[in-house]
Amino acid sequence: MCIAVPGRIVEIDDINMATVDFGGTTRVASADLVPGLSVGDYVLVHAGFIINRLDEEEAQETLKLFDQYLGLLEEEDDEISG
Amino acid sequence: MKYLDEFRDPGAAGALVARIRRTAARIQGEAKIMEICGSHTVAIFRSGIKSLLPGNVILVSGPGCPVCVTAMPDMDRMIAIPGKGEGRNPIVATFGDMVRVPGSFSSLERQKAEGADIRVAASPLDSLQWARENPEREVVFLGVGFETTSPTIAAVVRKAAELALKNFSVYPAFKLLPPALEALLDSPDGALDGFLCPGHVSVMLGSDAYAPYAEKYGRPCVISGFESLDILLGISMLLDQLADKKHEVVNAYGRAVDRGGNRKAMELLLTVFEPADALWRGLGEIPRSGLLFREGYRQFDAIERFGLEEVTTGTDPEGCGCASVLRGVLSPPDCPLFDNVCTPENPVGSCMVSSEGSCAAWHKYGRTGI
Ligand code: SF4
Repeated sequence: MCIAVPGRIVEIDDINMATVDFGGTTRVASADLVPGLSVGDYVLVHAGFIINRLDEEEAQETLKLFDQYLGLLEEEDDEISG
Repeated sequence: MKYLDEFRDPGAAGALVARIRRTAARIQGEAKIMEICGSHTVAIFRSGIKSLLPGNVILVSGPGCPVCVTAMPDMDRMIAIPGKGEGRNPIVATFGDMVRVPGSFSSLERQKAEGADIRVAASPLDSLQWARENPEREVVFLGVGFETTSPTIAAVVRKAAELALKNFSVYPAFKLLPPALEALLDSPDGALDGFLCPGHVSVMLGSDAYAPYAEKYGRPCVISGFESLDILLGISMLLDQLADKKHEVVNAYGRAVDRGGNRKAMELLLTVFEPADALWRGLGEIPRSGLLFREGYRQFDAIERFGLEEVTTGTDPEGCGCASVLRGVLSPPDCPLFDNVCTPENPVGSCMVSSEGSCAAWHKYGRTGI
């Protein structure tokens, strides 16, 4: 039940309701729980509310970690086969 | 960056599994890891992660499905709401999974078949709308959920207060996660080596919230997201700590969770509600693990409005192992009722009803989790 879905804000209206694009489908969500949201922000939406903004830099850090692990694995494979 | 596909890459999953196997080999004996969150349970089963783990890494599900942990007396009182309200036929608004949970004398589903107006809401905002559209009717929202969900309901209550709505109320059956974690660790069943902490509860709480538990109980806590790579990374980071005999809070979901959490949401939550002792299915009464209305908002309390304290309530169904399943001490297939008397079509306990319940997940995906 605690699942939240990532999407991108395409519009925020005058009563602080945001239109969020989830890969082609849009839904309206309240922007009341997160201060300072703007169009273009990637956010997590849960039960009709935006619960936070996603941090691209942090996401890249995690992806880099995966790359690093992949690299290590390939090195090991080379050692075994080489 | 789409924040989805990037975290589902099969190549990276292979690398993480290799890493997990290597670290697990350094650990003597079993590493028993509890995933607290029901959404994690489902994601773990759906992605087949269980079958990829080495034999000494055991995942057990915890009490993190809000529907499952709703205690029988709360269920019974919620189910009694349609019969109250002096002929005003209250509209009961709820998240979907609650509808089929058996109470001791009926269920919301059965009430609906008998004519009650039970509506599934995707958001608590829907219920506010229904209250505005039906000023002659009462609208009651069933407030279940952890810190991810309860602030959204607090926001709706505040809105109802601003609008001075007289026909809207909430049944407060919320649960707070950290006190449950503490209760698990304090109990003798707490033979758990580490915790995979719920990503979206942590969005609200912040990663610092787990520090006292990691420290006091000497157990590593890793916060993880819900894509397959997030979960594998979380497990890998827990094993790293277990192999090195560390017990820290590590945030493996940095794109969504920061140290302080969503302060605005938590402040709002604690403006409308205040912590109170609460009864959990499986865990019993845990001090300050629930939320009740604060002074100034009590006019929205459905328990008071409908005199629900007076409802006669029952106990858990005979033979149901939910209480042990929720503490991670009984694996669903070991419940004597599993898949014979108790099935998703004909559930006995809440863990078989909710799509996030571990009995339902075991039923759907089987032992290997594929
Ligand atoms: S299988 Fe059914 S009866 Fe047994 S613990 Fe699960 S929900 Fe309860």
